[in-house]
Amino acid sequence: MAANTRDIRRRIKSVKNTAQITKAMQMVAASKMRKAQQLAIDGRPYAQLLNKISAAVNEVHGDEKHPLLQQREVKKELVIIISTDKGLCGALNTNLLREAAKFDPEKTLFITGGRKAAQWAARSRRNLIAEFQLKDTPSFVETKVISKMAIEQFLDGSVDKVSVLVTRFVNTLTQEPVVFQLLPVSASPSNTKDMEAAREAGGLDVEFEPNSLAVLDALLPYYAHFAIYRAVVEARAAEHSARMVAMKSATDNAKSLIKDLTLEYNKIRQASITTELLEITTAQMALG
Amino acid sequence: MATLRLEIVTPDKLAFEGDVESVVIPGSEGELGVLPMHIPLMTQIKPGEVVITQNGKKDYLAVGEGFATVTQTNVNILTDMAIEWQHIDETAAEAAIERAKSTLAGRHDLSEEEVASVQASLLKSLAQLHVRRRHHS
Repeated sequence: MAANTRDIRRRIKSVKNTAQITKAMQMVAASKMRKAQQLAIDGRPYAQLLNKISAAVNEVHGDEKHPLLQQREVKKELVIIISTDKGLCGALNTNLLREAAKFDPEKTLFITGGRKAAQWAARSRRNLIAEFQLKDTPSFVETKVISKMAIEQFLDGSVDKVSVLVTRFVNTLTQEPVVFQLLPVSASPSNTKDMEAAREAGGLDVEFEPNSLAVLDALLPYYAHFAIYRAVVEARAAEHSARMVAMKSATDNAKSLIKDLTLEYNKIRQASITTELLEITTAQMALG
Repeated sequence: MATLRLEIVTPDKLAFEGDVESVVIPGSEGELGVLPMHIPLMTQIKPGEVVITQNGKKDYLAVGEGFATVTQTNVNILTDMAIEWQHIDETAAEAAIERAKSTLAGRHDLSEEEVASVQASLLKSLAQLHVRRRHHS
């Protein structure tokens, strides 16, 4: 009996420690989350406008194909996976990598950003051509390296399509893995609306200054660079949100476990006191 | 009077949004004054000054590199920096210029990328300083 209470006391103590740790991680994730979410949300108007401009350019320049606009038959595809470096963020990476596994291993090359994706690629023996480490707050220069590599691969014909697989931040409780096409730059369904708006507002006779080729040369790579940057920013917001939620539920679980254990402990304690009392009284009665 | 819907956006915020009478954009081929009913145009912009005329009053912003699209009713400017001249910190800009210059002069082991990014920030700081000095009175 005594051994049992000691065991329970020890367990309560260790669960308490765990709760403290997860609580601390929750706080850290919460503060990082606020920053990352703000960054992701503030960047949206810019991303939308860039999308709109690119869609308009694409529309206007349907015939005169810039290399980055060329649709080719897809023999090889390059997939850029943006994952987290660390775990303890719920099902975030599991969901992401489940999507990654859907690509045909024979026909797909991978570039990874973040350690989890790199580990997955190595473990499942995918064709990994590069892995990048990303800092906690992504910088444009840092992400540009990734998009530059993707553009090079696309231009020299090693791949015919470049897609990005990333966790999109919807809100604090919801993050979903999405795949979007990076190259050839195309008007995706999400910006068809923008395209129509652009067409209505401007008509198709747009003048370019200095000329269309120069504008496209500058715009399209920039579009790709920025798309990757956005993807990473969103992925970070999603990561910290997921981690905060995961840590919060861990803390809650630990707390309810402590409550149960304490109840159990008290029950045993009381039971043992009662038995002791009984023993004493019986002994007295026997003597007296 | 007809107005133009102007939007200036940077990666971190919507820097300006409103109906204006005219706007001057620092295009890659030189300054570009835009009035309502301008023909549709798309241009690159270089670091410089955007002049906005709104309700007869002029406003000046320092902008970085980017793109501008003009339609008959809208002007959208997409740039990596947009600061109103009142908010430009002259000493900070000067310090940034010094830093960029010394980085460019002192180090030869910089990658192409790094040189480009330092040069871009140098141009941006110069544009800021230029706008600030012109209207500082």
